[in-house]
Amino acid sequence: MKILLNGAWRETAAGELSALLEELGLAGAVVATAVNGEFVAAAVRAHAALSEGDRVEVLAPMQGG
Amino acid sequence: MLELYGTKLESRLLLGTARYPSPAVLTEAVRAARAEVVTVALRRESGGERRGEGFWSIIRGLNVRVLPNTAGCHSVKEAVTTAHMAREVFATTWIKLEVIGEDDTLQPDPFGLAEAARLLCAEGFEVFPYTTEDLVVAERLLSAGCRVLMPWGSPIGSGRGLNNLFGLTALRAHFPAVPLIIDAGIGVPSHAARALELGFDAVLINTAIAQARDPVGMAAAFAQAVEAGRAARLAGPIEPRDLAEPSTPVIGTAFRG
Repeated sequence: MKILLNGAWRETAAGELSALLEELGLAGAVVATAVNGEFVAAAVRAHAALSEGDRVEVLAPMQGG
Repeated sequence: MLELYGTKLESRLLLGTARYPSPAVLTEAVRAARAEVVTVALRRESGGERRGEGFWSIIRGLNVRVLPNTAGCHSVKEAVTTAHMAREVFATTWIKLEVIGEDDTLQPDPFGLAEAARLLCAEGFEVFPYTTEDLVVAERLLSAGCRVLMPWGSPIGSGRGLNNLFGLTALRAHFPAVPLIIDAGIGVPSHAARALELGFDAVLINTAIAQARDPVGMAAAFAQAVEAGRAARLAGPIEPRDLAEPSTPVIGTAFRG
């Protein structure tokens, strides 16, 4: 199915958010996640099912002012 | 000593971490500034190269407090979700709340800011709102639960210093007990000294240091300016006058009368 990952469409086989992070090589990474504009805590990613067209944000620490 | 949400700090110079020529220069600049608080952000990471982790390990090595921001957020929803994400990643309830209302000036959207502040304070966040010098907005932010305000000096990155001295002075006078941190627009150390002389509690500097020819040298210069400005405030500056007043006593002046 297709999801919108960080603003770009992507084909994924992942059924849950945790599987998507594995697919991206970000399993265990220091990132925060949101699906369709709602924060999804790391502890519940394994239960966060993904659907066609979901907007997924994966954010990491970065320089800021 | 500066106290922000119960945290006591020696340094009144807070540093942004963006736009430095290298991580090594950033590290040296934080040391030269003797900063105890640095701001950080969250950005998209789609690949496995884990750039964010490298940056985060550098920041952790600095042994400073982090103040995550919601930079780039243009709506209440974006800002609140970003704050939730930042709380998990950076393990702090501190959040520098930015809700941008206009792209040319990057000025805050005061309506969205007050609403986002209300939601986040109610959830237990300790909110540092990036705001203007507007007294009514400041009142709203305080009644939303904010216990620190971050008024702009001038637009972010502009280096123009304290644009509205009258408005900022009125803000300081109106809220004598609220920690006020000048955030944005400071260009040179004299601007920072001025802010502290006027009674502002601290300044947050990013571009003026990061983009200087020698960021480490500039960080040290800002540290001195902030200390001088604070010392001057405590020492009680004289009032400006319109006409001259001789500093040398006039009694006994030679050749007169």
